[in-house]
Amino acid sequence: MSRYFARRLAQLVPVALGVVTLTFALIHLVPGDPVVAMLGESATPTDIEGLRQELGLDRPLLTQYGAFLAGLAVGDLGESISQHRSVASLIRERYPATIELAAAGLVVGMLLAFPLGIIAGARPGSAADLGAMGFAVLGISVPHIYLGPLLMIFFSLDLGWLPLTGRGGFDHLVLPAVTLGTALAAVTARMLRQSLVQISGSDYLRTARSKGLSASAALLRHGLRNAITSVVTLLGLEAGALLTGALIVEMIFSWPGIGRLLIGAINARDYPLVEGCVLAFALTYVVANMLTDALYALVDPRVRLR
Amino acid sequence: MKPSRNPALLGGTALVLVLLFAALVGPALVKANPLAIDLADTLAAPSRAHPLGCDGLGRDVLARIVWGARLSLGISLSVVLVSLTIGGLIGGAAALAGARVDNLIMRGVDVVLAFPGILLAIALAAILGPGLLDLAIALCAMGWTGYARVVRGEVLTLREREYVTAAEALGAGRGRILLRHLLPAIAGPVAVQATFGIGGIIGAEAALSFLGLGARPPTPSWGNMLDAGRAFLLVAPHLTTAPGLAIGLSILGFNLLGDGLAQLAATRS
Repeated sequence: MSRYFARRLAQLVPVALGVVTLTFALIHLVPGDPVVAMLGESATPTDIEGLRQELGLDRPLLTQYGAFLAGLAVGDLGESISQHRSVASLIRERYPATIELAAAGLVVGMLLAFPLGIIAGARPGSAADLGAMGFAVLGISVPHIYLGPLLMIFFSLDLGWLPLTGRGGFDHLVLPAVTLGTALAAVTARMLRQSLVQISGSDYLRTARSKGLSASAALLRHGLRNAITSVVTLLGLEAGALLTGALIVEMIFSWPGIGRLLIGAINARDYPLVEGCVLAFALTYVVANMLTDALYALVDPRVRLR
Repeated sequence: MKPSRNPALLGGTALVLVLLFAALVGPALVKANPLAIDLADTLAAPSRAHPLGCDGLGRDVLARIVWGARLSLGISLSVVLVSLTIGGLIGGAAALAGARVDNLIMRGVDVVLAFPGILLAIALAAILGPGLLDLAIALCAMGWTGYARVVRGEVLTLREREYVTAAEALGAGRGRILLRHLLPAIAGPVAVQATFGIGGIIGAEAALSFLGLGARPPTPSWGNMLDAGRAFLLVAPHLTTAPGLAIGLSILGFNLLGDGLAQLAATRS
């Protein structure tokens, strides 16, 4: 087990380095001058040169890259131009809110997906299956940017049950989490149903049924454990959608996480902060994928032995 | 399974045809100018003159929806076509070029794929600035990797087939094998992926425009219409409902069509 994790950790390093390099390249190599973009077209050459020196952009690219990596190693991501604070401290301040939202979205996704997937997978072709999968198709198709305002209209404005925006207690988390988790629930429910339907024809389930277990009990006790591995694989693939979904949901519900920080930085043309936020999202995704792998090894012993 | 017994295929085709009709013919049928401001009609409710009402500047929502359909469909089809071409060529080259080049190319793909969802497009759009061409470039940068993976996977499987070995034995070059023998065989799975891809790009374009990184106002885009409508949720919910339904039904249409095509391909194989 520990050898498996050590191997996965070793594989993480080049991917993380690639992500860091691509983030650096995005800011420094993409056509267009970030300094001109930050100062506006009316900036004088002296202003442009001054800011370029302040940001260290007048140095050779490799030197800049080396300095970027050295800073990253000690948690220094530079200074935010718009907020006059260190980028790392701004990210540290906002990061918990984004993780809280993503985790809540994941919980909502799983709480919806498992009953739907099991109901549909236990009786394929039934009315319950059609209803659950109809919900899944809708859930995949309705974008966050529409579902969020829709939930706001019903639950905040019409019924007055839940707060409209902002971060606070549990009640503030409900609508953003449901908005974020619905698409994940839909994709996961479909996958779970498909896995359960495939598994239901397997020999070990037939044996369990022939020994007296009811079809649904056999499926829940023996089939579900195997179906979960495909759900875990899917979670790794969907972690990216969950994270960028959180970014968009933060904008809809004025949730004070890194997503809002990033969009604010883009609007203020604060490139050091944009770079820091993009990196924070991308590295979180890399770590989320590693955690998924770890979970995969926990639920499926065959993976550990490979 | 006959296409007529494939509800996903039928439903998806119907929705996509409606979207195509709205994008191609809609602007000619809806006479209102999507950019014409009429403050007398500010936040007007749906009526005979304005079937979907008017926005905060008194502009006709239906006209903006059909022009938005043209933009959304135009961008998504172009992005998928360019991404498919770039991804297909890179994936095909990786599969045919040998292990070292394949490894190098696919590690590059892995790094791009290590960026979650539309983050890469957001980062690129932030640097390139808002605008339709920049938006399309950002979406292509995000989209090509998926096609590279599918094409590489399919080519790696197919190149072991006997008919490919036979073509090689007859002296056909790699380019000829790719174009004449492999591409027709991988067209099915790639078409399914592209169909889902169009729906995905419609959603991504709307999300980027919603975040202010796509089409610039006053250009009608479903994403920026939704964003503008949020300010009037209480007094004019139709401003979010109309673009929201347009985005949702379009994505639903392409998802159903993709599902239907996949079922059709599975039945035939």
